[in-house]
Amino acid sequence: MWQAVFDELHTQGFTVLAVAMDTPEAARPWIEAARPAYPCLIDRDHHLADLYHLVNVPQAVWIDESGRIVRPPETAGATDGFRVMDRTTFTMPEDAAAERARVRQAYVDAVRDWARRGAVSRHALDPARAAARLQPPAPGIAQAHAHFRLGQHLLRLGREDEAQAQFAEAIRLHPDSWAMWRQAAPKDARGLASGAAFWARVDALGDRPYYRPVELD
Amino acid sequence: MITVLHEQRETALPDARADGEALWLRAGDLARATGWDWKPEGLCRDATCVPVPRARASELVRDDALDVAGMWRHMGHPVVHDRTGEHWVLGTGAQDRAGALAALEAPDFALPDLDGRMHRLSDYRGQRVFLVTWASW
Repeated sequence: MWQAVFDELHTQGFTVLAVAMDTPEAARPWIEAARPAYPCLIDRDHHLADLYHLVNVPQAVWIDESGRIVRPPETAGATDGFRVMDRTTFTMPEDAAAERARVRQAYVDAVRDWARRGAVSRHALDPARAAARLQPPAPGIAQAHAHFRLGQHLLRLGREDEAQAQFAEAIRLHPDSWAMWRQAAPKDARGLASGAAFWARVDALGDRPYYRPVELD
Repeated sequence: MITVLHEQRETALPDARADGEALWLRAGDLARATGWDWKPEGLCRDATCVPVPRARASELVRDDALDVAGMWRHMGHPVVHDRTGEHWVLGTGAQDRAGALAALEAPDFALPDLDGRMHRLSDYRGQRVFLVTWASW
C-alpha cells in the first residue's frame, strides 16, 4: 500500500518505516511476499503501542525532519466497512467497498502530499493542532502494557497459561486495544483472530468505531 | 535468577532478590536494568532525581539494596511480576508517556528487521518519516 509513495519520494527526504506489531514468524511470509523497499521492523512486544498509545493496526504517526510529530497516531487509511460485510463470504456491500477505497486513496494522497512538500503540506499540523489531536493514555493503560509485556515474555518461556492470564489482565485494563486482544487471541488457519469472539467484540462496539475516522486537514 | 524487563531492555540479574512485592537490587544492577542511578539524592536519570521518601527509607532501603519495585510504584510507574517472582516488568507510567507525547517529540525506539538488524527512529532524523503499523492477525 505504501510502496508507490516510497518509490516516488524516497529520494526527496521521505521514508516509510513499517512496524509489524507481531511475531517475526507471523510477519515473515507477508514481508517476503511483498518485498517492500522500505524498512520493515518487528515489534513483537508492542513497544510502539506503549510509547505512542496505539490501539490497532494500521495506525500511523507522521514525524518531520527534526523528529517532531506533525500528525499524532491515527487510522492509516482503513474504514469500518468490514463491519457490514457478509461474515461467511467476506464480501462487502458496494457502497461500503467504494467508501473504503475512497478513504484509502484520500489518505495515501495526503501522505504523498506531505512526503513531497513537507511542512507546507496542509496535512502537516502545526504544534497546537497536533497537540489538540493527541489522545493521552489513561493510568490503567500503562499498567496494561506492563502485563502485556510480561505475558509476551512468559509466552517465549513456554508458560502459556500464565501468559494468557497476563494478557487477560492487560485486556481488562485496556479494553480499547484491539492490538492486545488480537495478538493474544486464538488464530484461525489463515492466522487471523477473526472468529466468533472477534465479531462479538466488534458488535459490542455499537456506535463506537473500530477504526476512528481521520480528519485529513 | 531474576529477569527485569524495562522499556526495551531485558536484564538477567543473578544478585537480585525478590520478596513478595519487593524487588531488592543493588545500585549497579539497577543501573544495568533500567538506566537509573541510585545516588545519595535519590534515583537519578539525566537531569532528574527522585528522592527516596524519607518516611519510607527504612522500608525501601536495606543495607546496600533498594526495593526498586516499591520505589517504582512511588514514582507512579507500573510494576508487575510472575507468580515465582523471577520475572519483573518495571513499566513506565501513563503520566510520563502522556508528557512525552505532549512535547510532540517522537519517542525514540530501536527495533529489528527480519534479519535482526536494529533500526532506530533517530537514525532517520533529517527525513520525513511515515511511521505505520500493520500485523498479520
